[in-house]
Amino acid sequence: MHEFSIAIGIIEIVNQHAEKAEAHIVNEIEIEVGELSGVVLDAMEFAMESAKKGTLAENAGIVFHYIKGRGQCRDCGKAFDLQNVFDPCPFCGAFNPEVKQGKELRVKAINVD
Amino acid sequence: MCGTCGCGQNDQPIRILKPGEENHPHSYIHAHDHSHDGKIHAHNHDHKYAHNHGFDDADHQHEHLHEHQHDSDSHDHSHSQNHDHDCGCNNEHSHDGHHHNETAGHKHGRQISIEEDALHRNDLTAQRNRGYFEAKNLFVVNLVSSPGSGKTSLLEKTIAAVKGKTEIYVIEGDQQTMNDANRIKAAGAPVVQINTGNGCHLDADMVHKATKKLEMTDKSVLIIENVGNLVCPSLFDLGESKRVVVISVTEGDDKPLKYPTMFQTSDICIINKTDLLPYVDFDVAKAREYALRVNPNLMFFELSVKTGQGMEAWIDWLLVGF
Repeated sequence: MHEFSIAIGIIEIVNQHAEKAEAHIVNEIEIEVGELSGVVLDAMEFAMESAKKGTLAENAGIVFHYIKGRGQCRDCGKAFDLQNVFDPCPFCGAFNPEVKQGKELRVKAINVD
Repeated sequence: MCGTCGCGQNDQPIRILKPGEENHPHSYIHAHDHSHDGKIHAHNHDHKYAHNHGFDDADHQHEHLHEHQHDSDSHDHSHSQNHDHDCGCNNEHSHDGHHHNETAGHKHGRQISIEEDALHRNDLTAQRNRGYFEAKNLFVVNLVSSPGSGKTSLLEKTIAAVKGKTEIYVIEGDQQTMNDANRIKAAGAPVVQINTGNGCHLDADMVHKATKKLEMTDKSVLIIENVGNLVCPSLFDLGESKRVVVISVTEGDDKPLKYPTMFQTSDICIINKTDLLPYVDFDVAKAREYALRVNPNLMFFELSVKTGQGMEAWIDWLLVGF
């Protein structure tokens, strides 16, 4: 369950930025989670609810932006949707995709007062 | 808060120790204070007895009023929050009031763009470690696998094989016990044990602290044996030169497909316990094919730590890397 240590890291980032902005409450946290990021979205949601307790973000709404996996075949150069890093190219069958999108695990923005 | 399950209890502390440092009398008594909502009480612990902490006094209620100013109009409102905590683990909250962000049509507050990777801090510390390792000319291997694939046995044999050719140091990661560190020390290598408590992986900061304790000489090999787990350690860069994943033939040959992130982020795959191949259904060719699907650049060593077959190639690679 590495999601919890990641969630705690996210809250640290959020609190640092909130304090810098002299905010007294965090209303909302926007997080980008890629399909190929290696975290489970459900576990992430649960972890964030626990991690925010006792912080400026205690009552913050968490908005997840789920980013679909996209890859490009290193052999034939065509782009396609990637559910797993080992999906074969649907055009030429090669197991050689370069991940173009979907590895994201980022704190995008916060809304504070 | 606990960093593993998110419950309200404090996390088990991370301990970084050399063999021999862990011995302290378990029957000593120490006192400390707890504060529960302003009620402070002191009590003693005797470590001979198991005990649980409850938060009996943690039930509390609070209420507050506040006022908002809007550009065009103003309104007052109040909300009360009733919290009931039993132990802080599965606390259910009932919130009366509203969430500011759910107000239809517009948002209150200031929007601050952050755009920071969630693992940014670990990555920074890992890069710091990497700089230190490179400056000292250390070849650092992050050894990952499921529990029981033979990482520690591989290390014991590796330490014996490189004796006289290079200095070798070990950082051992386990949730609990000094067992592995004691085995490594007996095999003849300086070692520091990291006990992660509940944690399921090592991170760059733990390695940074353990590295300080090791006081390594330049031009050496450092092997970091990660916590036995094919999922979580894959996301945490430690600053290593190479990541080496170990699977054994008593596991399924489809492991690379089941745990792709670990195989994708590794440089080397060791297939261990090959002496057992006649007795198991593990198909080495299939395992290799699956692993290459996930990571076309992966290099393989097939070996048996028990019989020593195939160990030479691994040792040669380690010494060349260094």
